Amino acid sequence: MKFLSEYRDQKAADQLAQQIWKKVTRPWTVMEICGGQTHTIVKCGLEDLLPRDITLVHGPGCPVCVTPIDLIDKAVAIARRPEVIFCSFGDMLRVPGSSKSLFDAKAEGADVRIVYSPLDALKLAKSNPDRQVVFFAVGFETTAPANAMAAWQADHDQVENFSQLVSHVLVPPAMEALLSSESCVVQGFLAAGHVCTVMGYEEYFPIAERYRVPIVVTGFEPLDILEGIFMTVSQLEECRHEVENQYVRATRREGNRPAQERITEVFEVVNRQWRGLGEIPASGFQLRGRFQKYDANRRYPSSAEPARESLECISGLILQGIKKPHECPAFAVKCTPENPLGAPMVSSEGACAAYYHYGRRQSHDRIQPELSGTPSR
Amino acid sequence: MADVKVMTEFNLSCPVPRVADDRIVLAHGGGGRLTHQLIEKIFMPAFGNPMLEQRHDGAVLPLEGVGMKTGSRLAFTTDSFVVRPLIFPGGNIGDLAIHGTVNDLAMCGARPLYLSAGFILEEGLAMDTLRTVVASMQQSAAKAGVQLVTGDTKVVDKGKGDGIFVNTSGIGLIEANVKQTIGPSSVQVGDAVIVSGDLGRHGIAILSVREGLEFESPILSDTASVWPAVEALLNAGIEIHCLRDLTRGGLATTLNEIASDRNICIKLEETLIPVQETVQSACEILGLDPLYVANEGRFAVFVPAAQVDAALEVMRKVPVSQESVRVGRVEETPGRTVVLQSRIGGNRVVDMLSGEQLPRIC
Repeated sequence: MKFLSEYRDQKAADQLAQQIWKKVTRPWTVMEICGGQTHTIVKCGLEDLLPRDITLVHGPGCPVCVTPIDLIDKAVAIARRPEVIFCSFGDMLRVPGSSKSLFDAKAEGADVRIVYSPLDALKLAKSNPDRQVVFFAVGFETTAPANAMAAWQADHDQVENFSQLVSHVLVPPAMEALLSSESCVVQGFLAAGHVCTVMGYEEYFPIAERYRVPIVVTGFEPLDILEGIFMTVSQLEECRHEVENQYVRATRREGNRPAQERITEVFEVVNRQWRGLGEIPASGFQLRGRFQKYDANRRYPSSAEPARESLECISGLILQGIKKPHECPAFAVKCTPENPLGAPMVSSEGACAAYYHYGRRQSHDRIQPELSGTPSR
Repeated sequence: MADVKVMTEFNLSCPVPRVADDRIVLAHGGGGRLTHQLIEKIFMPAFGNPMLEQRHDGAVLPLEGVGMKTGSRLAFTTDSFVVRPLIFPGGNIGDLAIHGTVNDLAMCGARPLYLSAGFILEEGLAMDTLRTVVASMQQSAAKAGVQLVTGDTKVVDKGKGDGIFVNTSGIGLIEANVKQTIGPSSVQVGDAVIVSGDLGRHGIAILSVREGLEFESPILSDTASVWPAVEALLNAGIEIHCLRDLTRGGLATTLNEIASDRNICIKLEETLIPVQETVQSACEILGLDPLYVANEGRFAVFVPAAQVDAALEVMRKVPVSQESVRVGRVEETPGRTVVLQSRIGGNRVVDMLSGEQLPRIC
């Protein structure tokens, strides 16, 4: 298949793996930011191909995982209002709040619907003028343009019965928060390719400089990730700390300017709570100015009781890369996809769910690619 | 019967408005005149046969002429069908209701013979929709060589159903010469796993309509009777260890059930698994894994490794299974596991899903 099969080619993967084996002389810890990358790594068994010296840790780039629990509670409370049609992307539905998920609310009679685009939610509002349509606007910079567009379009078409429950988060502040933590183990980053497709990667230069850490903008197919790892490890071995772009077929340095303009018109940067990580300054978006009339937070003031997190869930440590999912005592014992204690066990992009589904329940032996000239290790 | 005739002959001109006959009303399930009309106008013309025409509470089935001999056995199965939308690209709930039960019988190695059909209709259902569904049931039953010999109809209040629910039960015959037990208990280490064609078309066809997704070339459901393929395998004397249709939960779920039941490992190779490019693209866009997507005309067959080529040759001559391929094999360890060797060369466990696959955010 065009644009897919060529990035899943075994021969090319073996060659890249071999280059990585040749390059590495000491242990390195690399974090992939995005949950989509985690998914590919685990789904394709990429760690099987890498030298033992390379540790991949899985970053906070799963929007489902970092959405604060009180916002899930709020979403559930709004969804249960009889006049509301609550729209969400599919994988938010199973995330546990303090006591309920959106799926539970749906089972109890709430009108909760899966949509594929925020504009579909807007369409729903237009065709149901007697109902209130609320869209759960979660995600990183990648989904921000579409969510901004929905608010912009609602304003343009004067749709009154539409609102967004916004929980947008931003990657660079989270990277800085991780890097400035004393327990930080990360030595290099695979930045999230699609985030950079929208935002460009200029904002990563100061981070690479300040924390002396290599950052490689990386795609999501197996070959992208292997190449991203190779570029990161090469920098580490050569004592460089630069911003490089592996994902050239989709990402430019300046990003997508029209998308950025729409985001800036509709959203303003605010402090945000990250589930598992706490509050990070200037790390999220909320609706600004004339778009605030579409803010579900304002339309439905909170009356919820304080949120309760599971005490056993160590998702904070996992999202920072300090612990791996199978190192959590509750992993696959008390915490399973059927009965998740924390969000990373829910989403297909969550590290715990990826480990659970694809059988990474304990450490695996690495298989060195069988190619001539591979240094033994 | 007699009552109906009398009523029509009298031709009463009653001031009560005539019941519209373009929609299902509650009285169609009341057991009275309208029920009778429904049976006579819609079901009988489609399915009429000597057994149904007995108009009895049940069907009395002749066993001579169907191949019943000493040593042959009956297979019996039932399945209920609920699907939204009722009519989708490549089929409708009627095809599904026939093929689903026919295929369940085929998976026992049984020639499908007789079916029952129970309809639960929702008040307000367009009569044209019912006609369409019944017409395709008639066609697929005829094509599959089964007779619909008994049935039932109920009507529920508007809002208490989803248009049409159908239950079909079926009886099939396992010929006396089929000695082996076909089922998970016969699966052995070393067996090859064959699938009868490309995967995921039915699930994606349904999803595309349900979610209003449009693809350049429409994806059609694979709904079909797979009995001809099974019959060909049996006639060729292939030693079939296990047959399973790949419906809800797809190939991954089916194989997991067998692996855990038999405490074996089923090892798949990603490069061998056939998925149509449009289906693969749709799955990539939606964040779904075609291994878990439902099929309605596909099955997996376990055969001894030595018979793979013979089995494939036989299957590829039958239209419904002409794209059969070997996708994996049965190994001893690790038990209760399905392992997939990815295109890239790494291995991963293909787990049972918890709940439905959900499209992801980005």
